[in-house]
Amino acid sequence: MSSGTVAPGSVVGKPPGRRLAAMREGGLQALPFLAPALVLVFFFLIIPVIWTVLLSVNKTRGLNFGTEWIGLDNYERLLTRDSRFLDRDEWPWTGALINNIRWLIVYPILCLFLGLLTAVLATRVRYEAAFKAIIFVPMAISATAVGVIWLLVYSPDPNIGVLNATITGLGGDPVSWLGRGDTANYAIILAYVWASTGFVMVVLSAALKGISQEVIEAARTDGATEWDIFRRIQFPLLSLPIAVVSVWMIINVIKVFDVVYIMTKGGPGGATRVIAYSYYVETFENGLGGYGAAVAMVMLALIIPVMIWQIRRFRSEAVVS
Amino acid sequence: MSSTTAAETIAVRPRESTSSRIVAFLGRSPLHIALIVLAGLWLLPTVGLLVTSFRPRPDIGSSGWWTAFTNADFTLKNYDLVLNGNHMSSSFVNSALIAVPSTLLPLAIGSMAAYAFAWIRFPLRDTIFLSIVALMVVPVQSAFVPILVEFQDLGEFLTGTKTAITGWYFGIWIAHTVFALPFCVFLLRNFFITLPRDLIEAARVDGATNWKIFRSIVLPLSVPALASFGIFQFLWVWNDLLTALVFIQESDQWPMTIRISQMLSTYGVEFHLLSAGAFLLMAVPLMVFFALQRYFVQGLLAGSVK
Repeated sequence: MSSGTVAPGSVVGKPPGRRLAAMREGGLQALPFLAPALVLVFFFLIIPVIWTVLLSVNKTRGLNFGTEWIGLDNYERLLTRDSRFLDRDEWPWTGALINNIRWLIVYPILCLFLGLLTAVLATRVRYEAAFKAIIFVPMAISATAVGVIWLLVYSPDPNIGVLNATITGLGGDPVSWLGRGDTANYAIILAYVWASTGFVMVVLSAALKGISQEVIEAARTDGATEWDIFRRIQFPLLSLPIAVVSVWMIINVIKVFDVVYIMTKGGPGGATRVIAYSYYVETFENGLGGYGAAVAMVMLALIIPVMIWQIRRFRSEAVVS
Repeated sequence: MSSTTAAETIAVRPRESTSSRIVAFLGRSPLHIALIVLAGLWLLPTVGLLVTSFRPRPDIGSSGWWTAFTNADFTLKNYDLVLNGNHMSSSFVNSALIAVPSTLLPLAIGSMAAYAFAWIRFPLRDTIFLSIVALMVVPVQSAFVPILVEFQDLGEFLTGTKTAITGWYFGIWIAHTVFALPFCVFLLRNFFITLPRDLIEAARVDGATNWKIFRSIVLPLSVPALASFGIFQFLWVWNDLLTALVFIQESDQWPMTIRISQMLSTYGVEFHLLSAGAFLLMAVPLMVFFALQRYFVQGLLAGSVK
């Protein structure tokens, strides 16, 4: 958008009085366009978020307000006395928060590695489009279906699950991937990596294509190896797209719910509980509106840095455009 | 050199023989093998589910789906069972009844707001817009309960019964619309400002109202952005489980995602039902993907901020 040129009818450059009048006129013009969206967002998004903050410090009755304000009691209980959310009795710590932190480490690293690998390899062959479609297709699939697909892959019966069939075929013993506390969380993460890699690949592949082919050819002529080209030219130019997909993945991790709900319902023994799952159980299964609200506030607190990062980015983009 | 293009190959080696081409291909075979292995690994889980969904129930428990290729015995009975015995057909309709209005409502309301943010000057425009951008990533969990209570109170106020809104699809339509609006406004506003300023100013000079400019200039020129958002939102809602669990309370209104999770808790892991059910759930998104791949990818790329 060319913000430098002042179009006729623009308010810029008019005397202050007329400018004010023009702004007021603009406000009246904008109101019918804005009103439906602003009313909905105000009543069903802004008010509810404030309401949830208040619920989290209230001794609620079910999902409604009670008569007593209890300050940070819910938060204290959540972070110190709820072993399903955060258990610090023994090292390694356990609980939904810790499981979610495992997600936060493993999921983005695997997605980035596989996304980068597939993006870099795919650009070098003629069947690139078909290959990328195959990797990307799981993005279209509901997390519910992803859960069912991987329940089948991980089935402990080697006559049903392809993974255990492979292991027994190689002479090993079948493993109950989703039934064991030490593997279940990672098994679900892997299923989600399978579903998300295509997205990372598409973003990074688009960025790779934006890199001038002449620069790469020049480097080749100068005797650079393919590894040099990747490490010294392509990788540095990928830093912004990598940041963008990383933010996307972090949001995904903080909100992950459906796939856990389908595959394990948080079990065995809470080994696959995540924050969003704790929220759902406390609020809708245990009927603890205030306690669930405190969990929701933990999610909100985790997402606020992401929010700030995005606003900064859009602001700087707005200045550039 | 692994990325020599066809044109270059011909230019450098004009009389390339078949054998030298084979040698060149073999030289790159590690690359091809890696790609084929990756593609195979990625397809395997879905293919397994697809094959399983067509196998008779006793076969599923006694032999792996990969053996079905050698002794083929396929049936449509599983689909018959989930569609007619487990209400999957009515759930399919419910999924559509939820997803279509939940896509059209934010499109209509959001595009109007986006027009105002793009082409009308009014006080605090950028502040309000940035506040909406900030709301884009707010976890839905931090609004669920108050929205539910608001719906109940509003239902009671309007009709005298608490379940007037939550007892039907109204609640989930509004919930999905509200959660989608910030992203919708953001995406469309950013597209609208790229439209040629001269065109809109010329229409203004000719006396066109904002409504007329919006309807007959901005919307027709923005079909790609509207389609990208529409497809993104439709699939988002179609694939959603959590919001439906919260806002759909009557079992005869369950979408397919809830129906599948319910089959899991009722029957346990019964793959003849689950595989057929999951494939019915996947059918629409897969068709959208293959028919509208370009818009689909664009929509998802744009949606990466959500």
